[in-house]
Amino acid sequence: MRVGLFIPCYVNQFYPNAAIATLKLLKQLGVDVVYPLNQTCCGQPMANSGFEHLTKGCDELFVANFAEFDYIVSPSGSCVLHIKDHLHDDQHPEKATHIRHHVYELVEFLTDVLKVETLNATFPFKVGLHQSCHGQRGLHLSQMSELIAKPFSKPMQLLNLVKGIEMVQLTRPDECCGFGGTFCVAEEAVSSKMGKDRVEDHLVNGAEYITAADMSCLMHMEGILKRKNSKVKVLHIAEILTAAHD
Amino acid sequence: MISQKHPELAEIFNKDEARVNWHDDTLWWIRAKRDKAAHGISEWELLRETASQLKNNVLSNLHEYLIQFEANAKANGIHVHWAADAKEHNQIVLSLLQKKGITQMVKSKSMLTEECHLNDYLEKNGIDVIDSDLGERIVQLAKEPPSHIVLPCIHKKKEEIGQIFHEHLGTAAGVSDPQVLTETARIHLRETFLTRRSALTGVNFAVAETGEFVVCTNEGNADMGAHLAEIHIASMGIEKLIPKKKHLSVFLRLLTRSATGQPITTYSSHFKKPRPGQEMHLVLVDNGRSIQLGRESFRNSLKCIRCGACMNTCPVYRRSGGHSYHNAIAGPIGAILAPNLDMKEYADLPFASTLCGSCTHVCPVKIDIHDQLYKWRQVIVKEGYVPASKTMAMKIMDFTLSSPTRFKLAGKVGRWTLKNAGFTLNNKFNPWFKNREMPEAPKESFTEWYQRNHKDNL
Repeated sequence: MRVGLFIPCYVNQFYPNAAIATLKLLKQLGVDVVYPLNQTCCGQPMANSGFEHLTKGCDELFVANFAEFDYIVSPSGSCVLHIKDHLHDDQHPEKATHIRHHVYELVEFLTDVLKVETLNATFPFKVGLHQSCHGQRGLHLSQMSELIAKPFSKPMQLLNLVKGIEMVQLTRPDECCGFGGTFCVAEEAVSSKMGKDRVEDHLVNGAEYITAADMSCLMHMEGILKRKNSKVKVLHIAEILTAAHD
Repeated sequence: MISQKHPELAEIFNKDEARVNWHDDTLWWIRAKRDKAAHGISEWELLRETASQLKNNVLSNLHEYLIQFEANAKANGIHVHWAADAKEHNQIVLSLLQKKGITQMVKSKSMLTEECHLNDYLEKNGIDVIDSDLGERIVQLAKEPPSHIVLPCIHKKKEEIGQIFHEHLGTAAGVSDPQVLTETARIHLRETFLTRRSALTGVNFAVAETGEFVVCTNEGNADMGAHLAEIHIASMGIEKLIPKKKHLSVFLRLLTRSATGQPITTYSSHFKKPRPGQEMHLVLVDNGRSIQLGRESFRNSLKCIRCGACMNTCPVYRRSGGHSYHNAIAGPIGAILAPNLDMKEYADLPFASTLCGSCTHVCPVKIDIHDQLYKWRQVIVKEGYVPASKTMAMKIMDFTLSSPTRFKLAGKVGRWTLKNAGFTLNNKFNPWFKNREMPEAPKESFTEWYQRNHKDNL
C-alpha cells in the first residue's frame, strides 16, 4: 500500500508541525508514505467563493501529484471533502475518479483502513474536541446532533487511545467555529462572533487544549484565543496522537 | 441607492454583543426543543425520508396534482384563482374585497403574503389589514417585517413588546409580563375577529385528492378569522400540494416538532367547503416557483414546509438576525429561495453561510440546503453579481495555486511578511485582524522541512 500525503496549502505554510505529526504518525503505523513535492492546494478557497471554474489548474496539478497512489491521506477533513466532491480532470477522468474514491482524512484512514486499536501516545491534559463541520457532516467522521441516529466519533475513538488525556464535554458539541474560508473576512462580524462563542464553550468547560481534525478551524480559534491572551492552545489531532510525555 | 447587504446588516446587529448572545441562546433553545421532540420518535429519519420522497413526487407531477386539486376544490364549492406572480395575487385579493365593498381584513400567518408584500399593497388601496398571529401583529405594530418565518418577532425582547403594546394597545408603561400582554392582544383581536367581514389565511398543505386545504396555527387565529368572516381567502404557493389525505400525517408529525419542538400544532384545521352563505376563495400563486422548478440544482428547495428549523440551527442566522437577510424569508432556506426571485438583489445571501451543513440535516424534508448555497455561489459568480475586486483576488489565487513554483514563492513571501512586516497585516484594513490575531509564521514550510529531512526519499 503506497500512500500519498496531501498537506493543505495553509498547513504547509503556517502549520508545518501538524503536517510533520501526520507524517510521523503514518510512519509509526508502518505506512509507506510519500509526500509529492509539487502539490499546492485543493482549490477549495476559490470553489467555495463561487469560482469553481477557476480550479482547473489546481485539479490538474492534484491529479498529476496523486493519481499514482493507492490512498491519498490528508490531515484536513475540509480539503478531503472538497476533493471527494469536486475533483475533475477532463483529460484524465479515470485518474480523478480513482483519487476521489481513495482520498481519506487522516482520522478515518486510521480508524477505517488501518483499523488502529492502540497508539503509543501520552498527553496528560484536558482537551476539548472541536468537531469540524466538513469532517463531521461531510465525511461523517462523527455522528451529527441533527440526526436521530446512533452516536459515534472517530476522532474521539482515537483520542481515547491516548494515555493520560482527559476529554472535556462541550455544551454545544458540534457547532461551527465560523471560519468558513473567505467567509471569515467577507462576513467578519458573524465569523468572529462564532469563533468567540466556540472558544468560550471550550474555556468554560475547562479545556487546556483545543484539538480538531481540521487546522483551519483551529487557526480561527487560535486567532481568537491569542487576542484574548488565553493560555489555552490549539493542536491538530495528529500532534496529540503522536505526543510523548514522560 | 445600493441596499445594505448581509455582511453590513449583520455587523450592525453584532454591535450589541449581549443582544446577539440573547438571540443566539433563544433560538438554540428552540433547536434543543426540536432535538428532544425528534428523539421522542424512533422512526424520525424514516419520516424525513418519506416526507422527502412524497414532496419529490409532488414536484415531479405538479401539473397533474394542481389540476386534480383545482377540480376537486371547485367541486367542493371553493373559487380557485391562479396568480402568475405577486402582483397578480395582490390584485386578485383586492378585487375580491372591492367587489364586496370591504375595507377591512383580518389575516392569519402567511409567508406567501409577506413574499408578495400584500399588506403594503392593500393599505395603499385603502384596505386596513390586521395580522391576527400574535407575533405578526407585534411586528406589524412595530412597522417591521417578520424576522423569522415561524417566530416573526423573535428578535424582540418582552420589554420591547411591552413598550409597543403601551404605545398602540394602551397597556400601562413598563408592563412586560407575557400573560398580561397576551391577554391584551386577545381582547384587541377578539374585537377584530368579530367585526371583520373578510379573512385571509395561508395554506400549509393542500390535498389534491380531496380539494381541501389545511392551515396550522397555535393560536386558532386562522379559524377565528375564517369562521366569522363572510369571505375567506386562502393564499397558497403552488408547491404546497400533497397527493392524498393519508400523507398529511407524515408532514404534521414533522412540521411542529421541527419548528418549535411541539408534537403537533394546536390547531390543524381542514377547510374543504364554504359554510352556507360564506364565500371561500383560494389563490394559487406561482411567483417564480415554476422557474425554480426548472432549475435542476435548486428544484428541491420547493419541498420546504416552512418549519424554520434551518434558521434555528443556523449559527449565522442566530448571530445575524432575520432582518440581515433583507428578504421575507430569512436564514438558509431564504438564501436559496431568494436568488431565484432576484439574483442581483440577493446575490449576497448564498455567501452568508460557512457551509457547515447543519441546515441540510435538520431539514424535515431533506432539502440539500448547504449544497444549494454552494451551487448558487457558482451561478451568481458566473452571472457577474460579485464585486470585481473579488474576481481579481480569485484570479490571483488561481494563478498562484496552479503553479508549485509560484505557490512556494508566495508562501515564502507570506511567512516573511508575517514575521518581519506584521504591521502590513495587523491593521484595520485586514478584517481578520479586527477580532483575531494572525497565525505565527514558522521558520520553514512543511515542504522545506521535508526536503531537509527526507533527502533519500526525494
